[in-house]
Amino acid sequence: MMASKPARSFATRAGMVLAAVIGAAFSGLALALEWNLQPAGSKLAAEIHSLHEYVMILCTVIFVGVFGFMFWACYAHRKSKGHKAAHFHENTTVEFLWTVIPMFILVIIAWPVTKTVIAQKDTSNADITVKVTGYQWKWGYDYVKGEGEGISFISTLATPREQIEGRAPKGEHYLLEVDNELWVPVGKKIRMLTTAADVIHSWWVPVFGAKQDAIPGFIRDLWFKADKTGTFRSQCVELCGKEHGFMPIVVKVVTQDEYRKWVGDKMKLIAAAADDPNKHYPLDDLKRRGEQVYAKNCVVCHQATGKGAPPAFPPLDGSKMVLGPKQKQIETVLNGVVRDGTPTAMAAFGKHLNDVELAAVITFTRNNWGNRTGEAIQPADVKALRK
Amino acid sequence: MSAVVDNHPAGIDAAHAGHGHDHHGGYHGAGGVMRWITTTNHKDIGTLYLWFSFIMFMVGGAMALAIRLELFQPGIQFFNPDLFNQFTTMHGLIMVFGAIMPAFVGFANWQIPMMIGAPDMAFARMNNWSFWILPFAASLLMLSFFMPGGAPGVGWTMYGPLTVQMGMGMDLTIFAVHLLGMSSIMGAINILTTILNMRAPGMTLMRMPLFCWTWLITAYLLVATMPVLAGAVTMTLTDRHFGTSFFNAAGGGDPVLYQHVFWFFGHPEVYIIALPAFGVISQVIPAFSRKPLFGYASMVYATTTIAILSFIVWAHHMYTVGMPVTGQLFYMYATIVIAVPTGVKVFNWLATMWRGSLSFETPMLFAIGFLFLFTLGGFTGLVLSLVPIDIQLHDTYYVVAHFHYVMVAGALFAAFAGIYFWLPKWTGRMYDETLGKWHFWLTIIFFNMIFFVQHFLGLAGMPRRIPDYPLMFETWNKISSVGAFGFGLSQLLFLYIVLKAIRSGEKAPERPWEGADSIDWTMLPTPAPYHSFETPPVLK
Repeated sequence: MMASKPARSFATRAGMVLAAVIGAAFSGLALALEWNLQPAGSKLAAEIHSLHEYVMILCTVIFVGVFGFMFWACYAHRKSKGHKAAHFHENTTVEFLWTVIPMFILVIIAWPVTKTVIAQKDTSNADITVKVTGYQWKWGYDYVKGEGEGISFISTLATPREQIEGRAPKGEHYLLEVDNELWVPVGKKIRMLTTAADVIHSWWVPVFGAKQDAIPGFIRDLWFKADKTGTFRSQCVELCGKEHGFMPIVVKVVTQDEYRKWVGDKMKLIAAAADDPNKHYPLDDLKRRGEQVYAKNCVVCHQATGKGAPPAFPPLDGSKMVLGPKQKQIETVLNGVVRDGTPTAMAAFGKHLNDVELAAVITFTRNNWGNRTGEAIQPADVKALRK
Repeated sequence: MSAVVDNHPAGIDAAHAGHGHDHHGGYHGAGGVMRWITTTNHKDIGTLYLWFSFIMFMVGGAMALAIRLELFQPGIQFFNPDLFNQFTTMHGLIMVFGAIMPAFVGFANWQIPMMIGAPDMAFARMNNWSFWILPFAASLLMLSFFMPGGAPGVGWTMYGPLTVQMGMGMDLTIFAVHLLGMSSIMGAINILTTILNMRAPGMTLMRMPLFCWTWLITAYLLVATMPVLAGAVTMTLTDRHFGTSFFNAAGGGDPVLYQHVFWFFGHPEVYIIALPAFGVISQVIPAFSRKPLFGYASMVYATTTIAILSFIVWAHHMYTVGMPVTGQLFYMYATIVIAVPTGVKVFNWLATMWRGSLSFETPMLFAIGFLFLFTLGGFTGLVLSLVPIDIQLHDTYYVVAHFHYVMVAGALFAAFAGIYFWLPKWTGRMYDETLGKWHFWLTIIFFNMIFFVQHFLGLAGMPRRIPDYPLMFETWNKISSVGAFGFGLSQLLFLYIVLKAIRSGEKAPERPWEGADSIDWTMLPTPAPYHSFETPPVLK
């Protein structure tokens, strides 16, 4: 075998290198505070933490024991010390024991874990249900059940591009800040329905021990119940394309009162943005809205040019009905055209569109292409003619 | 060019067999590059596999360094996120399919005929072809970088429907995977046939060196799972171009189906990589303990058990896709059971060392490094098999740390152990022991510097596959990046050691390792002759 002298001097040198590297590593540790899971913010996360500790302690004890055995052999049974090799190569008793004992250890690991698995899957009896949709690269939240039902917003990265590209100093919550946080009340069971619009994303809040892939075309769910207030930050954890690293998740856990106030404010904003059939709208607003309604409901037959496709689909541009008294046109759009007792392609839109939408689209047709009536049809006009 | 009348590969063997052998080990075929292109010799092909694997290791390693460079500090400095994703994808694919798998096929080619007393592999020309597919596959992978849209940035797992968004590079990658799969299947069939049909009289299955056993089982895994991977990527291909909707919910498909199919291949793949590594370690440890392998029969049974279990645990990679609680529990229980046969193997290796006469040359150092760190990776695997903990750690750096302990400290360390162990047999020359030890210590220290800290990053919540990260992760990432560059440079030392051994190494004695007693050491001269056993050896 090889001479032992260079090996020994080598060992000294290697030891020095090792010491230097460990020293360098430890000098860095003073700055780094993250050694373990983030502090638990829910009972479930706390359970996961104690399971992790339990398993880690078991593993460490076994690891130290097993490798203590190995290093003892390396030390005591060295050839350089003159140790002569024994020649045993089988022992049924030992082999039986080290097959059976690990099985028992696995059972005592699996038992407490199983209980947590079942608890983690139980999304029943939620107080609030929120649907979260993964988009490339932002999250959409819709409160679908419970207090706050109807609230809906998109949550995007708020960190400015300059910080990412190094043209500005990085802020405290670099990459972990959004324009609209997900607000939830403390101590309430929140059920999240996850889905995605394009590719697979994954929604995760480590503090709650809650992670679930968001899969396009499917709805999955998870739950959490925050046991302390605060702002908790995380990121998408499934590779979803170029900006995968830039779609954070921020959850703001607040007291019940704060939550109620937040819901109230959000509701007022929603109400302000909603259609109000009693309001008097200016001509330009109606035209703008009407163009959208026309594009969705009318354009297939009457065409973007308003020329239609005669004889089946009459033109609106220059149409006698459109340029005539408003009452006739409103009734036509509301009730459709029935010829000889059979409904025609001109459907009764009163069933599908609200008064504001109808008023808007009628105003649009009367003030577009060559039509210049200058007339603004108000929702009240439509309402009056509904049967 | 040597003047050989018939330079047809089969003709060389036939002509050669006809001559009486005046000097063993002579090569009489075509010269220059044609020797390597037309060779059907298991040793030549083994050499080709090993060099190919080393080149791929360097290429994949360069990408890893690019990744670590970008992650040295927060912010986007060197590579845009798109290119970063391409690097993570290609690093994974190249290391798994280009570096680790071919390395162990290289070992199989060199060693299996010598270990079972066969003259060569069963299908010599198919052996040539299964190697020569690889450079084309690797070229396709590398070419994808130069396609519009670049290489795919989807991760080596190639999850749909993200794959549908990729450019033409995705298609090249899919075809590369097809080629790699064909190569693997041909290699596996060759190994199976060789082991089952070409053992010398008296070399019963239960007398084979354990390396042959682990490869026999690995070859079954390859034949069973590579077609499944081919199916998964082919469905991706037709989803991309021919309007099918296997993985598209809007067309009645299911994105999660891809993951099931992929991991049905992917989990056995872990053992395709690990089992031959176990085999190498099972040769090295007894040799340097000067004591027979403890529990040979239980090693065989444990390996078989691991291989069978590997087919029923795949969805433990998918705990967060939203499977029913019974599914989670089934995959968790099945997974933790793997700890039992794996434990048996570790205990057997330790019992082999126990009361041996141990010496610590470089192969043994790498074997001990393997044992220590692979077991650590096994324990983090146990942690990850537990559903609630996995849900917390899935897709974080904890997983990255875990599988690098298995792939690098496991497979790569075993490959290093194998190279240092068998290099004297193959080349007739010794490597520089002092430099070998340097290589070991640098490798193991820098390895831990890269990956040990990544456990902490994962626990603290850093997701995988992100090009930029929040400030709280900075310190660990810096340490990890410094370690990566140290690790990368240390591998150049390995290249130097191997080249130095081949060119000017000390002449190896007939039995450089006194404790190595398989028939390749005891019945063949060193260096091994070009044709191994032309007449079957007589085994007592």
